[in-house]
Amino acid sequence: MDFEPSDEQQMLIDQVRRYVREEIIPLEAKLDPDASELPPEDFKRLTEKTKAMGLFGIDIPKEFGGPDIDIVTRVLLAIEMAQHRAGLYVPCYGTFGGAGLAQIFEANEDQKERYLYPTLRGEKKAFFGLTEPSGGSDPARAIQTKAERKDNGWVLNGAKIFISNADRAQYGIVFARTDASKGRAGITCFIIDSDTPGFHVRRVVHTLRSSHYATELEFKDCWVSDHQVLGEVNKGFAVANDRLTRQRIPYAAGCIGVAIAAHEMAIEWAKMRSTFGEKLANRQAVQWMLVDNEIDIRTAKHFTLEAAEKARRGLPFRIEASIAKLTASEGGGRVVDRAMQIHGGMGMTKDLPLERWYREMRIRRVGEGPSEVQRMVIAREILGSNLR
Amino acid sequence: MSLRLRLDKPWQPLTAETAQRLPGQLGVYQIADGQGTVLYIGQAGARSPFGLRSELQREFAERGPGCQFRVEVNQQYRSRWFELLMVHQADHGSLPVDNAKNPPPNLGRLSPS
Repeated sequence: MDFEPSDEQQMLIDQVRRYVREEIIPLEAKLDPDASELPPEDFKRLTEKTKAMGLFGIDIPKEFGGPDIDIVTRVLLAIEMAQHRAGLYVPCYGTFGGAGLAQIFEANEDQKERYLYPTLRGEKKAFFGLTEPSGGSDPARAIQTKAERKDNGWVLNGAKIFISNADRAQYGIVFARTDASKGRAGITCFIIDSDTPGFHVRRVVHTLRSSHYATELEFKDCWVSDHQVLGEVNKGFAVANDRLTRQRIPYAAGCIGVAIAAHEMAIEWAKMRSTFGEKLANRQAVQWMLVDNEIDIRTAKHFTLEAAEKARRGLPFRIEASIAKLTASEGGGRVVDRAMQIHGGMGMTKDLPLERWYREMRIRRVGEGPSEVQRMVIAREILGSNLR
Repeated sequence: MSLRLRLDKPWQPLTAETAQRLPGQLGVYQIADGQGTVLYIGQAGARSPFGLRSELQREFAERGPGCQFRVEVNQQYRSRWFELLMVHQADHGSLPVDNAKNPPPNLGRLSPS
């Protein structure tokens, strides 16, 4: 596979790189170091700009009005969009728009009218409710939220945790157990309006990621009609699983973007900073750290583009997505750590973005399936699917 | 085990001396009138030169005597600040009067138990 960007891809990369450097980074200098949102007037101005660039809503499929950019190019652009302080979790502060939750594209026409199209118009936001206090890595077994039949609908009872955006969203996709006897074949996906009686956002869950926080949800006799079932009853696990695999590719791209930005900072600093009469860049200890950074970045980028290319061709990419997520999140964490070491005391301060990346990058080894689960996925593939 | 949602430490009078004694750390704070009605929920972020001390000194300089305050040192000052605002809104139906003048964009909703 040839991963050299085409002329057209390079033009888009350059365009987004300029946007990040000329529009986003200067604004960040005025924001709190942990901020995840722009002032509304800046957000509006920059959103108009990305629309004029033809890159707004780049993850939206063409048939729904998206700009028809393939997944490999989107990965290359996602790497660029992440190269600023808030870039890991809020690339370009959302000014390139979002596609909403991938599952909603599979909704029936009535649900698309009520949820998908308003989301694409920017009128509604959604959350993804899968993880529970009982666990998130093994949803087939961990889901304890129950949905029981009642009055031509379903009554949900249970809890979810580590759910982003639930306090701000108008609706969410929630997975609940509809048949306790069937394991993964007993899970159903529901669309829940956030003003439904019995739906509660109980608290903010404080983590290393200080700004783009998660929440804890409770469902207490929360009744929804049959019209809120997404897909088929007892077939929700496939919906969740598909999303989890697909999401690993852009997740990896974000890690690579931050790693590149940290690495570039470390190179610049090493060339500039002297200790004991010698530039850091001339010291082998520092050179080797920079070399290891380069190797980690190139490795992660190769595997992430390989996964994207297989997805683009319509080939199976489950193992490739896991390798991408694993190498990018673990390698990216090492790169940021080395960049901090090279920067010395300054690397620990909130004056530089490194400490925020360090905290947020740590989460990436757990989010979207921890490293150990990715290794399990890869092991099953190489040793045979009967290995359980 | 979850952290306490509400900031319920005892109030202290807001004076030049009490503000001067505060740590230069990151965190959140509340300002109340003499009766304990919360007027403002603030944060001491990384751009505050001396963290909570700077913010409360500024508050005293702007508000003068007669107010009370309480603080919480917290590295997660952003998410804690959003949480305190949402909890106040859930408890009282609105933001504190001085936050309502300039509310943060896209503030979410909580329904704490």
